[in-house]
Amino acid sequence: MAALATTMLVSACGGGDTASTGSGPGEESSAAEAGGSTLQTVLDRGQLVCGVDGGIPGFSFVDESGAYSGLDVDVCRAVAAALFDDPDAVEYRRLDSTERFTALSGGEVDMLSRNTTWTVSRDTSVGLEFAPTTFYDGQGMMVRQDSGITSLEDFAGNAVCVETGTTTELNLTDQMRKLGVEFEPVVFQDADAAYAAYSEGRCEGMTSDKSQLVARRSTLPEPEAHVLLDVTMSKEPLGPVTVNNDSAWFDTVKWVTYGLFEAEELGITSENIAEFDNSEDPNIARFLGQEGTLGSDMGLPNDFMARVIRDVGNYGEIYERNLGSGSQFDLPRGQNSLWSEGGLLYSPPFR
Amino acid sequence: MTSITPNTSPPSPPLANQPGPIAWMRKNLFSDWFNSLLTVVVVLVLGYTVVGLLTWGFTVAQWQVIPNNLGLFMSGLYPRDLYWRVWTLLGFVCALGGLSWGVLGRNVSTLFSRSVLIGIGVLCAFIVLFPLTRPASLKLLPLLALVVGMAWVGRAIAKKLPNLGVWLSAIWLISLFPLYPLIFNPIPYISLVPGSILGGVGYLFFGAGRPASPVNDWGGLLLTLLVAVSGILLCFPLGLLLALGRRSQLPAVKWLSTAYIELVRGVPLIAILFMGQVMIPLFLPDGMRPERIARAVIGLTLFSAAYLAENVRAGLQAIPRGQSEAAASLGVNMPLTMFFIVLPQALKIAIPAIVGQFISLFQDTTLLSIVGLAELLGISRSILANPTYLGRYAEVYLFIGAIYWFFCYAMSLASRKIEQKLNTTH
Repeated sequence: MAALATTMLVSACGGGDTASTGSGPGEESSAAEAGGSTLQTVLDRGQLVCGVDGGIPGFSFVDESGAYSGLDVDVCRAVAAALFDDPDAVEYRRLDSTERFTALSGGEVDMLSRNTTWTVSRDTSVGLEFAPTTFYDGQGMMVRQDSGITSLEDFAGNAVCVETGTTTELNLTDQMRKLGVEFEPVVFQDADAAYAAYSEGRCEGMTSDKSQLVARRSTLPEPEAHVLLDVTMSKEPLGPVTVNNDSAWFDTVKWVTYGLFEAEELGITSENIAEFDNSEDPNIARFLGQEGTLGSDMGLPNDFMARVIRDVGNYGEIYERNLGSGSQFDLPRGQNSLWSEGGLLYSPPFR
Repeated sequence: MTSITPNTSPPSPPLANQPGPIAWMRKNLFSDWFNSLLTVVVVLVLGYTVVGLLTWGFTVAQWQVIPNNLGLFMSGLYPRDLYWRVWTLLGFVCALGGLSWGVLGRNVSTLFSRSVLIGIGVLCAFIVLFPLTRPASLKLLPLLALVVGMAWVGRAIAKKLPNLGVWLSAIWLISLFPLYPLIFNPIPYISLVPGSILGGVGYLFFGAGRPASPVNDWGGLLLTLLVAVSGILLCFPLGLLLALGRRSQLPAVKWLSTAYIELVRGVPLIAILFMGQVMIPLFLPDGMRPERIARAVIGLTLFSAAYLAENVRAGLQAIPRGQSEAAASLGVNMPLTMFFIVLPQALKIAIPAIVGQFISLFQDTTLLSIVGLAELLGISRSILANPTYLGRYAEVYLFIGAIYWFFCYAMSLASRKIEQKLNTTH
């Protein structure tokens, strides 16, 4: 067994320091100083270690061929493509919601892409850096189409199924108190039981994050008999996370994520990227690394976004494949559209 | 009845007039109106449940999730082109298992008794007929044949070399060496056991030039079994030492053992596993961290050893002092007394409790899914998150439940066999 442990030690990734914890003025990031950064560790290792959940429909799951897929997973793949031109150079670590931040700050994973809501306390006291939001979620309410309920006020005297111990339950009671609606909360320990109760008619409404409601709706006996009310009870911006005080690495993750939005805005997809090979448009030429030094300023190759788009696609493609029309969920883009189309996705300019 | 000869067969049961099934039912199920009522109600409830379950299983349930993901259930994300390694490993274990069976059963009159043959037949029929696992499970038939063949060979050899039984555990231990390079990066491992011929053979056949599968790709039943078997093998000696330590005359040993046992028994297993997965990385630098699977094995081992120690201690306390006093009066020293007189008896008494501990260790491996390892339960979660199979909870959980039951029942069956074999009371 000692030998076994030794083997494991040897096969464990060697590597230097994790993120430096100092934050003096001299630690300001630049490509020249990337030596102490996670960026350099990851580049040396040749593989990205990405923390995912592993069990959220549409975001991270294992498909039949044994590969991880989903929206969260595609973000990991995008970062790996930018670094190594190989979206499969990722080692996925499955993390529970309780251990995810410890795993990140302990250096177990280089980044989290695991349905993590951006909140001020996590950003400050937990010591995390939140890259741009890749999915704007929010707490919604599902009802039966024939129930006649169209707003939260209609819930007076009706029952709502909710998971206990989550912020979901808290948000629900807060909202209802604000509206002065007397309703009957029916709480469940886990999601399966709650949805089963809702589908048996135990409650008139079922509340949870909208993405989850949509995913679960497709498992109900008659999916089309249920609708989501047009209410959002909370803001749940979900995105990739890195550790504090490691700007070089944070910048990499941040700009790869922004690049996914920017590519969609510029109309570059994994299919048509070849057409932009010698683009006249200076914006596109800079973005794809045909001119300028946007990439090498970060410590990456100049064509890092071209690699990402070729290997993984732009944000629109990722979304449609995992949650939109290309998936079972057919979830409308809504807030997750580009700013130019009325959504919230907005990338600062690449120049 | 004045004299009893020490016979070898158990006393035969009193002659009873063999009642037919109807007489038996009248006596046991319908003896009075209340019993009859109970019988009818229970039969109705049972029948309703079974009919409901069968109706669901054959009409409502959508079982494609099992065959389509069978590889994931069995070995997680293990690379498909390296599956042959897993099969070879299974072949090794089957061959050794068959050999051990034959060697251990060398004194039994017929190795393949009627019940064993029935068991093999049922297993064959199941492998061939069970639709959910069929195309892949047919590969188990040669393995079954291997077990039977090796049992026959083992018996034949053991009749020539009666001492082979003593060496059996050593054979198992040595054979583990070629198994590891199948799984782990072979080179550093093999360099540690240059003396092992089998290890060298294993290296040549399976190790050289082959890409190693990253340990973190392991999952499914393969990981469950690996963790459970390693945990069981490691926690037994540790638990034994702790039990002896707790009964030691040396105060330091005694108090340390007691403190360890009480400390670990006072902490939930999940807390220890979390410590291993989350806290250890905070203490150790990047290159020094054991793999997550190793941390899980260590956590499970440390936890189970404390419980096992108490089971063994119960066995030790059941041995009358006269045994060791008799040994001491014959001039046998303390270690020899312990290992040849006290422990064999104590362990025999403790077998049911020890096997109970092993079974619970096996089931405790499911907690690893909470700390992020894709063992059987964890990989099921990921499969259930696949949009194609959303909502197939009942099918998946029934399937893995059956797998857990199979292994736990096999352990409990084995423990009963060992108890019977070691039963020397008259």
